[in-house]
Amino acid sequence: MNDKKYIIAGLAVFVAMFTFPFWYNIGKASPGPEIKLTDKAKAAKECVMPTEYMRAEHMQLLDVWRHSVVRRADRTFVNPGGKEFTMSLSNTCLDCHSNKSEFCDRCHDYASVRPYCFDCHIDNPKEKK
Amino acid sequence: MESSRRRFLTIAGLAALGIGAKPVIDALAAGTGGEIANLIELKKGDHALTAKQWAMVIDTRKIAKASDIEPMIEACHRIHNVPQLDNKRHEIKWIWDEEYHNAFPTETNKFLSEHAEHIPFPVLCNHCENPPCVRACPTKATFKREIDGIVMMDFHRCIGCRFCMAACPYGARSFNFRDPRPFIKETNKEFPTRMRGVVEKCNFCAERIAIGKIPACVEASNGILTFGDLYDPQSNVRELLKSNFTIRRKQSLGTDPSVYYIV
Repeated sequence: MNDKKYIIAGLAVFVAMFTFPFWYNIGKASPGPEIKLTDKAKAAKECVMPTEYMRAEHMQLLDVWRHSVVRRADRTFVNPGGKEFTMSLSNTCLDCHSNKSEFCDRCHDYASVRPYCFDCHIDNPKEKK
Repeated sequence: MESSRRRFLTIAGLAALGIGAKPVIDALAAGTGGEIANLIELKKGDHALTAKQWAMVIDTRKIAKASDIEPMIEACHRIHNVPQLDNKRHEIKWIWDEEYHNAFPTETNKFLSEHAEHIPFPVLCNHCENPPCVRACPTKATFKREIDGIVMMDFHRCIGCRFCMAACPYGARSFNFRDPRPFIKETNKEFPTRMRGVVEKCNFCAERIAIGKIPACVEASNGILTFGDLYDPQSNVRELLKSNFTIRRKQSLGTDPSVYYIV
C-alpha cells in the first residue's frame, strides 16, 4: 500500500476529468433550438396534426404514411379535423417547410439524431427550383 | 416422442402461460400507435386508377428504329431520377432496349424475320404474377402489391443484398453501387432519388397511377405501349390480347409476366 497517494491522486484527476463536462456546463442549460417557420407554414396555422403532436410524434406519423403509400397505395390522409392531405414527405411536408436548414435540421442537430430521410427525399423543392 | 404424465403437464403449463400472456400482448400492441389510428383515416386519392393486375401490351410492329423507343426511356428515367452512369457495371435502368434474341432467348428461331432481327425491343420489369424476386427478398422490401399486382420496392427497407437481382430472370433490377445523386442530369423534385446500396427497378409508375395518370413511358410511346387491367375483360389491354397473337419473355420459367409483346 505504498502507492496509496499516487492512486488517490490519479483517481481524483480521473474523476475530475471525467466529470468535467458536467462542471463546465453547470447552470447553463442549453437553450432549445429556435426553429423558423416559412410564411406558408405560418399562414396555414396548423400542420396535418396539432403542433404538439407533430413536435413529438412526426416520425411515427411519417412511418404510418410511408407504409400506407408504398404498401397499400392509399395516398390521402384525413386528419382528425377532416382535412385531406396527400401523404408525401417531398411534396407535402417539404412544400410548407421548405426551409430544411432552419426547421428540420435545427431540432435534429439539437437532439443529435441523423435521420436519413434526405438521402433520398429531395429537400427544399422550392428553393432549388 | 413418447407421451408421459410429465410431458402432458409441461405442455398444459406452457399453454396456460400462452393464454395468460395474450391480453398483455394485446394491450402492448394497442399502445403503439393505436390511438392515432382511431382519429385519422388513410384512403385512396379521388382520381386513383385501380386494377386487379396492371399489365402492358407492347406493339412491336409499330417499332422501326431506336428513336421510336428513346422517348419512353427518356421520359421514365427523367421523372424517376434515374442516374446516367456510363460504366456498364454501375448502370441503372428501369426501361431499356434489348435485341430480340436477348429479350426472348427461349423463342428464338434459327431464322428470324428481318423486322424482329433489327428492331430494338423495349424491356422493363414484367410485374410478374409469380415474382421470383419477391420470394428471394429477405426483408420484404420488394413485394407484390395485393391491390393492383404491381411488384413494388420499398426503398426504405432494402438492405442491398441483391438476392432479388439474382432471382430476376429478366435483369430488370439495378443496384446503386454509387451514390446516384451526382449522376442525375435534371432532378425531378417530386420524386425521391435513391441512396447508395439499394436496388431499384420500374414501379409501373405507381405514383402516377395514384393521381389518375397512365405511366410516363406509355404516355410518351406514341401508341406503341398500352396499359390496363389484365383482369378486366373490357380493358384496352384485353382487347389487344384478344385480337393479336402475343408472346411474353421466358414464359417457360413460370413467372407469369404481365408485359405482353405483339410480334
